[in-house]
Amino acid sequence: MSRRPYIRKPSKSGWWLAQPRYVRYMLREISALFIGLYVLVLMIGLYQLSQGKAAFDEFLASAEGSLGLAFAVVAILFAIYHTYTWFQVTPKAMPLTLGGKKIPGAFIIAAHWLGFVLLSAAMWLLVRS
Amino acid sequence: MSERVIELEILRYDPEQDETPRFQTYSVPYHDDWVVLDAINYVKDELDRTLSYRWSCHMAVCGSCGMVLNGEPALACHTFLRDYPDKIRVEPLQNFPIERDLVVVMDDFIDKLGSVKPYVVAKQEQDVDDGEYLQSPAQLAKFKQYTACINCLLCYSACPQYSLNDAFVGPAALALAHRYNLDSRDAGRSVRQDVVASNEGIWECSFVGACSEVCPKSVDPAAAIQQTKIASTGDYFLKFLMPWRRK
Amino acid sequence: MRTIDTDVAIVGAGGAGLRAAIEVARVDPSLKIALISKVYPMRSHTVAAEGGAAGVIKGNDSFDNHFHDTVAGGDWLCDQDAVDLFIRDAPRELTRVEHWGCPWSREPDGHVAVRPFGGMKVERTWYAADKTGFHLLHTLFQTSLKYPSIERFDEYFSTDLIVTDGHCRGVTAIEMRTGQVQLFRSKCVIIATGGAGRVFPFTTNGAIKTGDGMAMAFRAGVPLKDMEFVQYHPTGLPGTGILITEGSRGEGGILVNKDGYRYLQDYNLGPPDPWPRKKAMELGPRDRLSQAFWHEQKKGRTISGDYGDVVHLDLRHLGEAKIDERLPMVRELSKSYIGVDPVHDPIPVRPVVHYTMGGIDTDIDAATSVAGLYAAGECACVSINGANRLGSNSLTELLVFGARAGRGAAELATRSVAGADEQQIQNAAEAAEDRVLQLFRRADGAESVAGLRREMNDAMEAGAGIYRSDDLLQVCTESMRQIRERYKNISLTDKSNVFNTDLIEALELGAMIDVAFTMACSALQRKESRGSHQRLDYPDRNDTAYLKHSLASYSATDSPAIDYRDVTITRSQPAERVYGGGQE
Repeated sequence: MSRRPYIRKPSKSGWWLAQPRYVRYMLREISALFIGLYVLVLMIGLYQLSQGKAAFDEFLASAEGSLGLAFAVVAILFAIYHTYTWFQVTPKAMPLTLGGKKIPGAFIIAAHWLGFVLLSAAMWLLVRS
Repeated sequence: MSERVIELEILRYDPEQDETPRFQTYSVPYHDDWVVLDAINYVKDELDRTLSYRWSCHMAVCGSCGMVLNGEPALACHTFLRDYPDKIRVEPLQNFPIERDLVVVMDDFIDKLGSVKPYVVAKQEQDVDDGEYLQSPAQLAKFKQYTACINCLLCYSACPQYSLNDAFVGPAALALAHRYNLDSRDAGRSVRQDVVASNEGIWECSFVGACSEVCPKSVDPAAAIQQTKIASTGDYFLKFLMPWRRK
Repeated sequence: MRTIDTDVAIVGAGGAGLRAAIEVARVDPSLKIALISKVYPMRSHTVAAEGGAAGVIKGNDSFDNHFHDTVAGGDWLCDQDAVDLFIRDAPRELTRVEHWGCPWSREPDGHVAVRPFGGMKVERTWYAADKTGFHLLHTLFQTSLKYPSIERFDEYFSTDLIVTDGHCRGVTAIEMRTGQVQLFRSKCVIIATGGAGRVFPFTTNGAIKTGDGMAMAFRAGVPLKDMEFVQYHPTGLPGTGILITEGSRGEGGILVNKDGYRYLQDYNLGPPDPWPRKKAMELGPRDRLSQAFWHEQKKGRTISGDYGDVVHLDLRHLGEAKIDERLPMVRELSKSYIGVDPVHDPIPVRPVVHYTMGGIDTDIDAATSVAGLYAAGECACVSINGANRLGSNSLTELLVFGARAGRGAAELATRSVAGADEQQIQNAAEAAEDRVLQLFRRADGAESVAGLRREMNDAMEAGAGIYRSDDLLQVCTESMRQIRERYKNISLTDKSNVFNTDLIEALELGAMIDVAFTMACSALQRKESRGSHQRLDYPDRNDTAYLKHSLASYSATDSPAIDYRDVTITRSQPAERVYGGGQE
């Protein structure tokens, strides 16, 4: 047989650099890592709180230090990106119909952002008081 | 007619002559309403009879001419020269073995297509003489989008999971399973589960979404897979909570 | 040479081939089926059909109506016993494919919907949006996967039928990925390879419509019937020839010339209003509409464009909602390929070659004159379409005659067939293989595949177009004779064994030349005008001399011998074809 199908294999580590859409996908996936790390920081904070005022003040000091702030900024950016990408795909995962007609995806996404803004505002007020 | 010339840099591979694939460049006169397929046909008819590729309908419905053009999976008959720069790199679909030039080996897809049992498993048998199954326009609308797949394989070319693990059943096959699962005349979801809800089925998908972005028929296979994940998860829990429940 | 033993070999996996395979599997699951196609089944040209498939189901319709519409549409060249059978089988076949999952468009109450179509008195065209062929083909292909007795041989190019002792024993085919010729030894063969529109330069047909099966049967001794009847679809896009479905006229679209005038009223298809109105104006039969274009062109009333003259198909009055619901593909095609959005502007269209009414001579059971050889679909001529096919009869034809061919083949395959001479079969297979190898061996010849193909296209366009005449046909037949001679000097540039499309195109060209030659010779001999065969020198229909089918028989050295056979008339005597008129 003169056939000899040729197989091109992608790089196991670098495949995601080949296209912008893959880079965006990896950023989305990495965002979960940063959100997880932030949760870890919060948990450490909670634990320090249980150890008394001194421990908690130390924790706050490092959280408000330059490294702590830098991390917080990066984490919140990733969190927003995570939220954005999550909302973008909700209409695909849960298509909704009303009276036989499909509800446009933009509607569902907008409703999610509205809920997000309202909830965030409520949390902000709670924390401030 | 303008004097503009398009350079097609086409991947060539003849296993009887080439150790590995190589690129060959051809100059094609620009025409405002030509698609890339017209340019490739020009190459074959006027410049190089040895170029092999698949094509037929020239109207984006047969699915034969899927290729990668300047890095992006596309149908050659539906991509216009006027939307491209002067140089176009033409390669066969990614993630399939190359048979010859722009022709890939599609066997894996054909197997996977069959494995999801893409046919009606009737809810209730009915004689042809008793007429058609009734199906309202709303019931048809539920699955209609997923019937539009032309099997062009652009989604498999774009899917990074398929490139890393070719055991993945893949976007088009899973979208087709979803089409039948949603069809009001079908009761076959349980017989498709073994393949569809397996580790190589929907659970291999991490929702990159590249498949839906490149699909020329807006089938949205990514949506089909996510919806199937939710339905499958529901099935799984209900199996524990209500084991007497018939699917 | 590898030999594959099977019971039923089917060449072609489009609508007819798949339907035939499923039928054999249903009738007798123990029979082995080899489904052989030069392309993967979903690439078959059935996929491009748009408008719909006709079958009587509504209360306001009757078999009589469908019968009379079809016979009149075919200008009385249809075999009426075949038409009777066809229209009666139609509703059950269409319902059966609905049971198999075909997503027919529906009425609010859940029943299958129908739309008006050209030349039909009552609407009976079942449709799946405007992608009926696509949905039908995919439904059939996916359903065929249910049957383990169907073994598919995708991308095998069939070259020759093996006929010994007047019985078809199989077929040879090239496995395209290895270049090896294989012998399929079977009890019978069904040919379902489609039409031959690529003989002409402007056609709705895809690359694969090259008449391969017609040529195979022709060379094996089966006559090609009614080859002079080639249908021009009135509305194809200029340049590409892409089909704009008749369904767009069924939904109310109109055709206007450069003065914005609905010119069809000048050709016995009017009055223009009320509109839409069945069998009138833009819902007249395809031959009349294409001929009207030709006359408008002669009068200088067509619109000049980049790819020749056009007329305008105006859908604007239908509104965006209706276009998106019923004609979404028309809108998409028009926007993509000529940059026109039919919601806002009329679509430039012109007649393009679409369908071959003629083909392999079969009886009403899809059997040919060679025992064990069947044919169904566009490659066959039963004849139910006569001199002009009504739109939406063809998709139904695939199902009805695909099923009949399957049943006939299955019945034959279960009987014991008289022993075949193995040596004769081997010799025939080796001769077929040698014919292919010859193309490889021949040193660089003077003829190029693309060049000779273009010359054939030009000759047929010039001499065998919408309107024909003796002098033009004489030139055409002579050109085809010479082209057939010159084909003997074709050689291959690509000498590879692996997926050699130079080889495939060369073989397809050989088939097209044989088919085109019969089209031209049959046209020359028919000295009358009927349906889609119009002669400027013989403008009238001549039932006394020509209420007959033409039969072209193969000759390796001479032009095909043209013979005639009476048309089967049962209950409809030839009359005048009447379209237009007021509301009934």
